[in-house]
Amino acid sequence: MNYEILIPLLAAAVQSGTPILYATLGEIFTERTGILNLGVEGIMIVGALSGFLVAKITGNPAVAFFAAGLAGAVAASLHGIVCIIFQGNQVVSGLALTILGVGFANYIGAAYVGQAAPGFDPLPIPLLSQIPGLGPIFFRQDLLVYLTYLIPPLMWLFLYQTRYGLSLRAAGENPAAAIAAGVNVVACRFVGVLVGGFFIGLGGAYLSLAYTHLWTNNLTGGRGWIAVALVIFAFWRPSRAIFGAYLFGGVMALQLRLQASGTQIPSSLLLMLPYALTIGVLVLASWRRGGTDEPAALGRNIEPVD
Amino acid sequence: MRFVGLCAAVLLAVGLCFSSAAAKELQVGFVYVSPVGDAGWSFAHDKGRLVIEEMDGVTTSFVEAVAEGPDSERVMLNMARKGYDLIFATSFGYMDPMLKVAKQFPDTVFMHCSGFKTADNMGTYFGRMYQARYLSGMVAGAMSKSNTLGYVAAFPIPEVIRGINAFALGARAVNPEATVRVVWTKTWYDPATEKEAAKSLLDVGADVIAQHQDSPGPQEAAQEKGVYSIGYNSDMTQFAPKAHLTAPIWNWGPFYIETVKQVMDGSWQSASVWPGLAEGTVDLAPISDVVPQEVRDQVMAKKAAIIAGEEVFTGPINDQSGAEKVAAGTAMTDEELLGMTWFVQGVIGTTE
Repeated sequence: MNYEILIPLLAAAVQSGTPILYATLGEIFTERTGILNLGVEGIMIVGALSGFLVAKITGNPAVAFFAAGLAGAVAASLHGIVCIIFQGNQVVSGLALTILGVGFANYIGAAYVGQAAPGFDPLPIPLLSQIPGLGPIFFRQDLLVYLTYLIPPLMWLFLYQTRYGLSLRAAGENPAAAIAAGVNVVACRFVGVLVGGFFIGLGGAYLSLAYTHLWTNNLTGGRGWIAVALVIFAFWRPSRAIFGAYLFGGVMALQLRLQASGTQIPSSLLLMLPYALTIGVLVLASWRRGGTDEPAALGRNIEPVD
Repeated sequence: MRFVGLCAAVLLAVGLCFSSAAAKELQVGFVYVSPVGDAGWSFAHDKGRLVIEEMDGVTTSFVEAVAEGPDSERVMLNMARKGYDLIFATSFGYMDPMLKVAKQFPDTVFMHCSGFKTADNMGTYFGRMYQARYLSGMVAGAMSKSNTLGYVAAFPIPEVIRGINAFALGARAVNPEATVRVVWTKTWYDPATEKEAAKSLLDVGADVIAQHQDSPGPQEAAQEKGVYSIGYNSDMTQFAPKAHLTAPIWNWGPFYIETVKQVMDGSWQSASVWPGLAEGTVDLAPISDVVPQEVRDQVMAKKAAIIAGEEVFTGPINDQSGAEKVAAGTAMTDEELLGMTWFVQGVIGTTE
């Protein structure tokens, strides 16, 4: 594989990894507070539809992108209400949210299938885009990709270097101790669910506003589930999520490029690559459990205090 | 999908309450696999439905986004129970469910698109899209400078393989140096994946992108790269005004009118029909102005010849290895075409 093929492949890896990266970061933020949200796929597609509709109505992609995040937060709040207020089972609630979100978006979106809306186009950064190798890969993307370069460090700063971040993590590690220390655990977990939902919604919007400028049924195509798996791969750390998302995007882009380059490997085998990688990653992650940062109280509800 | 199907069934029930008021008219129902707005496969069928809706004494309705399998059986069963006279189901996976329903309702006429099973009251139909694909291949071959054409394809089934082969034969008829590179997406409708597949073809030097996909994703990719594209299903110019050269398109109106007339006067008989350019079921979208006049004339002359009875798959045709598959002067039979699982010379890719 030569240089002319490799650079576009890596650039495609960054682009197809970006929607997954948004969703993975959102899910990491949520799980950090102890809430397991399996509704990523459903939240993503609600975000994708909301972003598309707002872009179509207002003609302003930036407003649409923000609206998609808000829609994601609203969708995720259902999970928060069920699990945090009513102590519902987090796994069941998350799965229900996925089914609801996908059904809802396909139903509302049916009238808009195949239509196009304004979105984000590639916007090369002056100077940086001229760097050989790195320029074409990282700095000839669209604005939404550049945003994802900033989010992981900011999320890390917030979670690990601020008091609020510590409270949020405490809610996910040891809620009882956090309550004893005077932390409002319920509020923390709600913040986790809402902010996480916001980012997941942005991931969906990336698909309908930048990756393509179209709406269609099942636009997310299972990317939400990949994000759930990547959280484990990333050991719940924002920085490792970048690596995982690009690796995954790279494998998806690679299988298409292998076909285009005229390889004789059956396409069915190539198409298995991303999913084989998911399973491999999960096995690897559980094997090396020692290194993970899995929140100790992940998936467990807080017992009513009174 | 199950949820969508359920919604569709509920909507159908609601729709039927309204439509049952118009009794004694010929009631025609359509079952679509995707939403009609997709600018693709179902959209093309719905345009045909709108044409027969205009006919006197005909009312139509449709149910969209019906999942193949049990959901579709329920939808068709509902239509038959409500007294529909003629039901069109337009996806391959509706074949067995339709056959089951057809046996329970011998007085209703059932028409299944793209399958191979029939019954006394169930016919099957499809279009010779490969004829239009050959013509679009001629346009692509003439416009390519790199002699590399990219083809984003859904599934390696005879229908798609046949289309790729016809496209390649057409391209090489005007440009013997042309090769067609194929990428399988294993989806009919996923704009993100289709666009990415088109980009991967652009990266290996393709300068015309064709597709056997239902979304305009590949068109977007071609437009962004500043190269040309060939659409599919319907005129996709609106999605890529600069890139779009032409598109092999469906035009189901004439065939649906004919079928409705036959059912109305009682002359309908179960059969397996495969209309093409001659019947107007498939066609070529208007060719873009960037295509030189002599190429357009050449394509139109070929179109006239095909309508007059010339076969697209006439030998000599070699397979990918260069071995002769069809002898000079022999035309492939319909049966051979329907079971085509090999690529012609000039196609780069695998049918597995």
